[in-house]
Amino acid sequence: MRILLLALRRLAASLPTLLLILVGLFLLLQLAPGDTVDALMAQMGGGDPAMMEQLRSFYGLDAPVLVQLTRYLWRLVQLDLGFSAIYGKPVSSVILERLPVTLLLMGTSLSFAFAAGMALGVLAARRVNKWPDALISTLGLIFYATPSFWFGMMGVVVFAIKLSWLPAGGFEDIGAGHTGLARLADIAWHLVLPVTTLALIFLATYLRIMRASMLEVLTLDFVRTARAKGLSQTGVLLRHVLRNALLPGLTLIGLQAGTMLGGAVVVESVFNLPGLGRLAYESVVQRDLNTLLGIVFVSALLVILVNFIVDLLYAKLDPRIAAER
Amino acid sequence: MSLLSIEGLTVALPKGGDRPHALRDVTLELNENEILCVVGESGSGKSMTASAVMGLLPEGVLAESGRILFEGRDLLVLPEPELRKLRGARLGMVFQEPMTALNPLRTIGSQIAEMFRVHTQLSAHERDARVLALLEQVRIPDPAAAAKAFPHELSGGQRQRAMIAMALALEPKLLICDEPTTALDVTTQAQILELIRDLQRRTGTAVLFITHDFGVVADIADRVAVMRHGEVVEQGPAAEVLNHPRHPYTRALVAAVPPLTPPAAQPLGGETVLRIEHLTKTYRKAGLFGRNRRVTHAVRDVTLSLPRGGTLGIVGESGSGKSTLARCLVRLLDPEAGSIHIDGQDRLALTKTELRRDARRIQMVFQDPYASLNPRRKVGELVAQGPMVHGTPRAEAMAQARELFELVGLDPRGLDRFPHEFSGGQRQRIGLARALAMKPEVLVADEPVSALDVSVQAQVLKLLAELRTRLGLSMVFITHDLRVAAQLCDRIAVMRQGEVVEEGATAEIFANPRHEYTRALFAAVPGQGWTPPVAFGAEEMA
Repeated sequence: MRILLLALRRLAASLPTLLLILVGLFLLLQLAPGDTVDALMAQMGGGDPAMMEQLRSFYGLDAPVLVQLTRYLWRLVQLDLGFSAIYGKPVSSVILERLPVTLLLMGTSLSFAFAAGMALGVLAARRVNKWPDALISTLGLIFYATPSFWFGMMGVVVFAIKLSWLPAGGFEDIGAGHTGLARLADIAWHLVLPVTTLALIFLATYLRIMRASMLEVLTLDFVRTARAKGLSQTGVLLRHVLRNALLPGLTLIGLQAGTMLGGAVVVESVFNLPGLGRLAYESVVQRDLNTLLGIVFVSALLVILVNFIVDLLYAKLDPRIAAER
Repeated sequence: MSLLSIEGLTVALPKGGDRPHALRDVTLELNENEILCVVGESGSGKSMTASAVMGLLPEGVLAESGRILFEGRDLLVLPEPELRKLRGARLGMVFQEPMTALNPLRTIGSQIAEMFRVHTQLSAHERDARVLALLEQVRIPDPAAAAKAFPHELSGGQRQRAMIAMALALEPKLLICDEPTTALDVTTQAQILELIRDLQRRTGTAVLFITHDFGVVADIADRVAVMRHGEVVEQGPAAEVLNHPRHPYTRALVAAVPPLTPPAAQPLGGETVLRIEHLTKTYRKAGLFGRNRRVTHAVRDVTLSLPRGGTLGIVGESGSGKSTLARCLVRLLDPEAGSIHIDGQDRLALTKTELRRDARRIQMVFQDPYASLNPRRKVGELVAQGPMVHGTPRAEAMAQARELFELVGLDPRGLDRFPHEFSGGQRQRIGLARALAMKPEVLVADEPVSALDVSVQAQVLKLLAELRTRLGLSMVFITHDLRVAAQLCDRIAVMRQGEVVEEGATAEIFANPRHEYTRALFAAVPGQGWTPPVAFGAEEMA
């Protein structure tokens, strides 16, 4: 009950942030030259000014900025994300089409980065200042320092072009017409490279956090108590150290959810995946304000949701949290 | 044959430390059914001895020579798996800080049950039953609830009881207690000591008890070993060592224990320098929709006065509000009701600016000499900073700092050093010099000696007493230690839960405590039956 209340409070606290982001973005995009109608006309290869005026008033783009903003926010309150002029359908359905791809990419990358980062961090901490630690830490630093697009492109060059082990891009083989399990395998096959690319960057952060917090927890008194009880080294690690050391990493998931969405834009572009990130990129190019705002709204909701889940998990893992607040 | 015998144990520290050996040629014997107290100051190697017996020496620290014979087997050459079977089962250990020594994420019950899980084949059901029985044995109120509780949900004393239950779970032959009561309040300490002694008598367990407190030694030891710089300087039966200490170091340690009888009262004028009236400070914790809202009455309607040149001791346990009171006095905190007058000036009526300008009237010395000095500034600057802020030219302020250093017994050449280059006692002297640089009329000292070793504590107390007579300083002295209060204070106020339950002249209160809480505090002071054979401060460390 207490946890739910805490979560609700978190939710309420994030609403002003959300509003601020939306308003800020709306105003920012007004500064960019050209609007949806310009982009539409460019696609059609030009048109007469009278028709452009007509389209503008049809989409409500001729009203003053503040009026447009108020209209948009009013619609948003009614959970209506508006209509995309470029795609010719409601923004919500455009986003819903693309959302699963991004969710799949993000979810798998995050899980992979978290799991592998934690495991490597534990390994490094157990062999601290010996060669496995040095190797793992150096690799982590390299992953962290390398830009993701470079990673992606090198992956494509090596594994797709030179070795032809993996597909170079796309979400699935549309022509093959796979169904059921075969389709699942096909998608997984296509996602190996993108997921690895996105995960490697974040893995490094988890690795470092886990290593540091393991080393810290190992010096705490209760670890000595556990050893004084006669637990083996592995027993101490599994039963006492791990859960305590996991907490900072968990906090990081919440913090990184937003960053990961940003990373997805790059990775989706490199691997030509029809996800939310690429949609955002295209919307900016085409001045599709409604779609872009919709994406920001959905992304913000996603981040809030992830943080919400992290909070719940945290309270579950750490009994002190629920008591303190 | 004795249960545990340590023979010629030498433990090397990693290279580059401040000394080559943590322990040198340590020889100790512990028989069954006996409590051996190992006494020493910080750095004496007493905790290292315990770690060596448990086979839990820190990484890089190795036993170089000697033997640790436990039931006839040398623990130093025993392979790790064998040693693991002994740890917990035959060798139990209780640590100093019961909050950090327990895993914060697991229930008390599961942590105690782990002993059975590791060393026995008991079923989960049997384990739970044993845990409950153990918690009952250590007299935790409501054992069933305590087993389900997490460490942060118990009080310090209850946590230490749980630790003891855990250590005794498998009825070890040897129980090692590493300062088990140091982090606890006096009344709790008395209960825990009684518990340990009681359980020891019933089970016949041998106890290796590590402490720095001679009062505790007097209460529970059968035999005593005194350690210094990694060596045992004296050992023998408790009565012998306590009442006829032979080694100069032991004598100095004993002389550093403040006796419980206050010295003759010094004559004080009738003039009042500090008057506190109906002071009240409440902490409020707001909760959403009124849930979890907490109101703590930290200081409740306190009225006290301090005669000029006198020392007012404020005595109480943790959470009694004594530190909050001190902070209100220097207005680090703003009380919501009452008044504080220094020399007739209403301190609470001052604005922030006026308060800063008039800061010199009242100054404070803090408890932790490590945390209260800015590590990035030279100590001379730290001392001179106060006067300089108030307009004293730099050269003059530095000259004053030099004088103050001499006054508090420090070498003035140290002015150019940084705080970390000084020991704890020296830092507390610096803190004192810093406060005195402002030439305050009232000095508030918040537990200024409780973070220090006994011998250093005695020196700082002596210094405070000297300064008081030389400078005519009026002091509010906050302490939890009745022995310290007895030696330094002219008047004593006993606080509990924010209220002053009793106030009066020190000699009077010590001779005839009226309030039941005061009496409980006195009853809990360790080592009451023992009068140190060497007069307080008569002999000092070489």
